[in-house]
Amino acid sequence: MPKVKVKRTKPSLDMTPMVDLAFLLVTFFMLTTKFAPEESVVVDTPTSVSEIKLPESNVITLTIGSDNRVFYGVDGQQTKEALLNKMAGKYGVGFTEEEIRTFTLLSNFGVPMNQLKSYLAMEPNARKEVEQPGIPIDSTNNELGDWVLQTRLSNPKVVIAIKGDVDSDYATVQRVIDILQDKKVNRFNLITDMEAKPSNL
Amino acid sequence: MAEIQEKADSGKGGKKRAKKMSVHLDMTPMVDLAFLLLTFFMLTTTFSKPQTMEINMPVDPDNPEEQIALKASNALTIILGEDDDVYYYFGLAADNPDVLEADYSANGIRKVLVSPQVKSNDKMTVMIKPMETSRYKNVVDILDELKITDTRKFALVDFSDADAELLAQQNIGQ
Repeated sequence: MPKVKVKRTKPSLDMTPMVDLAFLLVTFFMLTTKFAPEESVVVDTPTSVSEIKLPESNVITLTIGSDNRVFYGVDGQQTKEALLNKMAGKYGVGFTEEEIRTFTLLSNFGVPMNQLKSYLAMEPNARKEVEQPGIPIDSTNNELGDWVLQTRLSNPKVVIAIKGDVDSDYATVQRVIDILQDKKVNRFNLITDMEAKPSNL
Repeated sequence: MAEIQEKADSGKGGKKRAKKMSVHLDMTPMVDLAFLLLTFFMLTTTFSKPQTMEINMPVDPDNPEEQIALKASNALTIILGEDDDVYYYFGLAADNPDVLEADYSANGIRKVLVSPQVKSNDKMTVMIKPMETSRYKNVVDILDELKITDTRKFALVDFSDADAELLAQQNIGQ
């Protein structure tokens, strides 16, 4: 009797459609992806049923961390460059070309004007390590108001969005809103997370 | 690992045909790479644009004397306190109204906002007064409740001394 040989077949699979699909998806994600900008503070935003989306460009984002530090961010490299030049003139701080370039690449920051120069001069890695004190919002040293005002002067189309942490004190938020109202900004957005709308009322 | 398999020549002097090659490519590494990239982009991509809530603050009046005072029957004040407490009262603080307590659940402040006293009165204005100790989340939550209940007339107002006195008199929120 002949031995029964286990037939060894090479499992060969036509992978072409799978590869097609995989590359299609890769292409799709590569083209649609927009890397989340690095945030200097982690903010857990409150939820709401509101479905209005934030515009993609021309947005000032005022971030309020859980420890009540205020960060300022604006998009658009030209806007940022014009803004920094104006602020430099106002506060009498001179920035080098290199520092201006670094500034235009920052998504947001929370350092007072007198520390901004040294902050921008730092190495990128050191900059991540440093604890930013937040932008001064006191009535005596109201730098946030100046930042907002100067941004609106350089780019009149900007929309202001407040991104507050759930645990930030209302007193700080109130102060920020007061500063905005002081600069005649009476309409702004609060950034929130999605939440399902309750069906029964 | 691209291998080109040829048909073995049968050797028995048949007609010579143009050799048909079937090209077999081992695509496994390519698939590996494709899926690696796919996973990477899927995980790093940020799809949703942030949601926002628009609020319009009243413009600061140039001369406060010209403003019309709110009638007591058209006022509902919601006070946001510490530790997620919510208090509300109808009317004006000067008339010493009863301050009631509510919460952020579906049966709390939402019941008040959909009650006939609020809904049937077109002129009813809701004033939100967050205390300094309240959290930002409370403010967003209450604005959200107003949106859910479709209450259009509302204002974010500073917590005043009169309100603090009212709460102190009724021993609430101490």
